[in-house]
Amino acid sequence: MDRDRTLLEYLLRLADSDLILAQRLGEWVGHGPVLEEDIATTNVGLDLLGQSRLWFAYAGEVEARIKGKGRSEDEFAFMRDAGEFRNLMLVEQPNGNYADTMARQFYFDVWHELLLCGLSASSDARVAEIAAKAVKEVHYHGERSTDWVIRLGDGTEESHARMQGAVDDRWMYTGEMFEADAIDIALIDAGIACDHRKLAAPWQQRVAAVLSEATLTQPSNGWMQGSGGRGGRQGVHTEHIGPMLAQMQWLQRAYAGAQW
Amino acid sequence: MSGMAAAAPSRPTLDSVWAALAAIPDPEIPVISLVDLGVVRELAWRGDEWVVTLTPTYSGCPATEVIAADVAAALAGAGIAGARIETRLSPAWTTDWIAPAARVRLAEYGIAPPGTRAGVQRIGIAGLSRREPTPAVPCPRCGSTRTRELSRFGATPCKAQHRCDSCLEPFDYFKPH
Repeated sequence: MDRDRTLLEYLLRLADSDLILAQRLGEWVGHGPVLEEDIATTNVGLDLLGQSRLWFAYAGEVEARIKGKGRSEDEFAFMRDAGEFRNLMLVEQPNGNYADTMARQFYFDVWHELLLCGLSASSDARVAEIAAKAVKEVHYHGERSTDWVIRLGDGTEESHARMQGAVDDRWMYTGEMFEADAIDIALIDAGIACDHRKLAAPWQQRVAAVLSEATLTQPSNGWMQGSGGRGGRQGVHTEHIGPMLAQMQWLQRAYAGAQW
Repeated sequence: MSGMAAAAPSRPTLDSVWAALAAIPDPEIPVISLVDLGVVRELAWRGDEWVVTLTPTYSGCPATEVIAADVAAALAGAGIAGARIETRLSPAWTTDWIAPAARVRLAEYGIAPPGTRAGVQRIGIAGLSRREPTPAVPCPRCGSTRTRELSRFGATPCKAQHRCDSCLEPFDYFKPH
């Protein structure tokens, strides 16, 4: 059924952004600037990993409706190659310094909370209940990344410079978050998906307010990576995803079906 | 109905199954039970089996799978073999479901119990990602309200780290969720 194929694709977009960002945040384990931050960052990753599992589980059920058999959460996570991933380019960007990690997180959290607010009113009951659960966690993530953008931006000369560099460098990956392609539009029309195009105005308003409070200069809108339907959500990625997937997937590739 | 009548002599009562569930400690905070925590949403005899409906706390909480295994083991121990465990996501778990008596035990254990969620967290574009001013969390050791947050996350996803400026002890705060 056409609707199910479209839904499967959309669910993978949701799941993959959560999973890939969770993996990036997990790379901070043992490397956080202080112990409390090490724990906090990886706990955010843990929430996102849990959310990705909820989306993957549903994706597997939808795939089973189409093909008779659906992939498991592990198969989705570990047995697909880069071109099959549907995450935003933003979330696969390397961790960099802590300001880089927080800029990526802040841009994503604000968008993610808006998206989940929208999806919690989805006509698909399963999508709505997953979103309604996840948004509570994501609200907390957004509070924390907002705190850090302000703290580092309105901090020392050094932290301000690094935070400014971080928000500047990641700005070009934000355009992709507000586009809708044929898959999105089909599901928006069905009342299942949230219209990303409508998230742009509240996102910009929120980001502008925080950057201002952080004494940071808002990056100017220029050319955006992954725009025009050639972004991560369509399977086009930056060079950073390959090495990260190699790290994430090697065990399951070497020992397929390995159980914890 | 005839099936139920036949099974009745050996079938434990609803109350006794609830009692078995109420005796299962939370895997990470053993002073409260799974029932206290509010994750057991429903218990019912359906068809010819007991069905326990659980709801996860945080999406990624590693205790979720342990909880399901503990429930199965406790029921088996109470002579209820083969109970079915179902997961329900909606309505999403909230700390408002933690029983009042369990909040007292949390404080005695050294974990500041969660405040009520209403007013702390409002989901919606207007309040997007803004930190609401939260009332001071009383220290579970000395009761002082001169406390502050050290970190937004603690030893488990459900807790934050605080410190008391009166008795200088650090403590966990069960976050309102």
